[in-house]
Amino acid sequence: DQVLHIVPETIQQVQHLQLLCSTFMLDLWKPLLSEDIRAGEDLHVRVPAPLVQKVKDSLVQHMISNRVLIPDVQKLVDQSMPRERSSNRQVSGGYVYTEYHPMEEIYQWMTQIQKNNSELVTQHVLGKTFENRTMYYLQISQPSNKTKKIIWMDCGIHAREWISPAFCQWFVKEILQNYKTDPKISRFLQNLDFYVLPVLNIDGYIYSWEKDRLWRKSRSPYENGTCYGTDLNRNFNSSWGSVGVSFNCSSDVFCGSGPESEPETRAVAQFIKNKKSDILCYLTIHSYGQLILTPYGSTTKPPSTATDAKAVLILNFQMQVAKEAAAALKGKYGTSYRVGSTALILYSNSGSSRDWAHTIGIPLSYTFELRDTGTHRFVLPADQIQPTCEETM
Amino acid sequence: DIDDVGHKYYLELELEDVLDKDRTVNCTAEVLYHLGSKTSAPDVQVTVQGELRSTEEADKEFYNRIRSLEKELVAENIPDSHGNVPPELEPIHLLAWVASGYVIWQNSTENTKFHLAQVKHVKQVKRSDEDLQFDFVVLLHEMVSQEVLPWEVTLLWHPQHGARVPQSCAAAAGSS
Repeated sequence: DQVLHIVPETIQQVQHLQLLCSTFMLDLWKPLLSEDIRAGEDLHVRVPAPLVQKVKDSLVQHMISNRVLIPDVQKLVDQSMPRERSSNRQVSGGYVYTEYHPMEEIYQWMTQIQKNNSELVTQHVLGKTFENRTMYYLQISQPSNKTKKIIWMDCGIHAREWISPAFCQWFVKEILQNYKTDPKISRFLQNLDFYVLPVLNIDGYIYSWEKDRLWRKSRSPYENGTCYGTDLNRNFNSSWGSVGVSFNCSSDVFCGSGPESEPETRAVAQFIKNKKSDILCYLTIHSYGQLILTPYGSTTKPPSTATDAKAVLILNFQMQVAKEAAAALKGKYGTSYRVGSTALILYSNSGSSRDWAHTIGIPLSYTFELRDTGTHRFVLPADQIQPTCEETM
Repeated sequence: DIDDVGHKYYLELELEDVLDKDRTVNCTAEVLYHLGSKTSAPDVQVTVQGELRSTEEADKEFYNRIRSLEKELVAENIPDSHGNVPPELEPIHLLAWVASGYVIWQNSTENTKFHLAQVKHVKQVKRSDEDLQFDFVVLLHEMVSQEVLPWEVTLLWHPQHGARVPQSCAAAAGSS
């Protein structure tokens, strides 16, 4: 396509140009409307490539002088909008999903995501952290007259597991970028709502950016301010305090002063309790280890309710879903994820959010432990964000 | 179970070369955890079946590079918070791994699972003999307790003589 610069000199030339524009439906850049074309004034018009010769011949025939202003419109467009950025821009103005972001930027990202996708996304307050920071979750919901079941996903319960909030952000981007074109995602959204909490342990996450990269817990003080932080994933009301915990505040698995003693835990638990009849699946994202963990952590035996046939069915179904997820994961980059109950393949623990969710009746409840198993552990390089997220999707 | 002695494990392992992902070598190992002894390291016997890749060229190059440094090498936070390791520090990272391996072996029981989380600090110490010496502070992550424990460990290395750890000890808390 070319853009031509023309200065008509007479009324006849003006009329001829107006005819050309309407006959060929040319894209007038200046002026915008055909009726505003004037003798003696600049005219800029974009001519589609297949018509360029015809238009130029016609101008020559009527002795209307012209010159080429832009010889190749597409080239100019490509130069000013590099490809990778333009696809992110639709979702949220050039946010880089393959880098780790500090909390301030994640807060801004949530606002932007809602702004740019307001037909689908709403931002809500879940509660406050110990240091009084607001916990927000994003609700991704396609308007419809039926009530939909909910899939809840939280990330960043442990501060040092940076790949986890990175995954939540990636997940949201993927859904929003592809829901119109990907039949699987669009079918999901017709029937389900996604609720995503990108960072659960905000105080801890900030502390891991500013003070101690390998910090795990929250930042609530104990013992007269001489000791900080509860392991939020030992603080839920599921066999609280029984195994795999410490009652000593200086431990990294300190379970708090009681079940749900921490504001962050209460904020999540309250919300999930209120909505539990609608929540189909509870997902919590951690690292490292490449594991898909099912309940329970506190025992290798399923709970007493498993004598109930329905409960057994649910546990088996859960395992089946988890195994299929691991197979799908492996299909992408060959990354192996092991599947099993926490107590069997990781270590014993009690008071975890995943166990609690299952205990209160949410049928599908999983912990995903993302990459890796090998060289990097918690400090996973940012260049692994994309493959980790892609395979987990 | 070996009465009055401890627990013995027979392992068949496949080792993957970190620097050459397609390369694996099989090995067998016997590990004996001593009964009740928290202070003695498990006995380990390893047999490698097959050959380990020769690293003579790279070893020599690294050795000469470090020996010719005017100022002793000093570095921190390997990898950095974002998981990056500058290429020239990659061999130091690998040596830290070796040093950590020794510490982990010395401090493992049947109920621990240690991994190197990060190299907090490394300082080269110039020596009058031919060995390279690196004093590390490494952060070891223990899976069950979830603790991150700082350890001071000294490593000696030479291309022909290999790696040795003359000393190591748990570092004082509050190292970061």
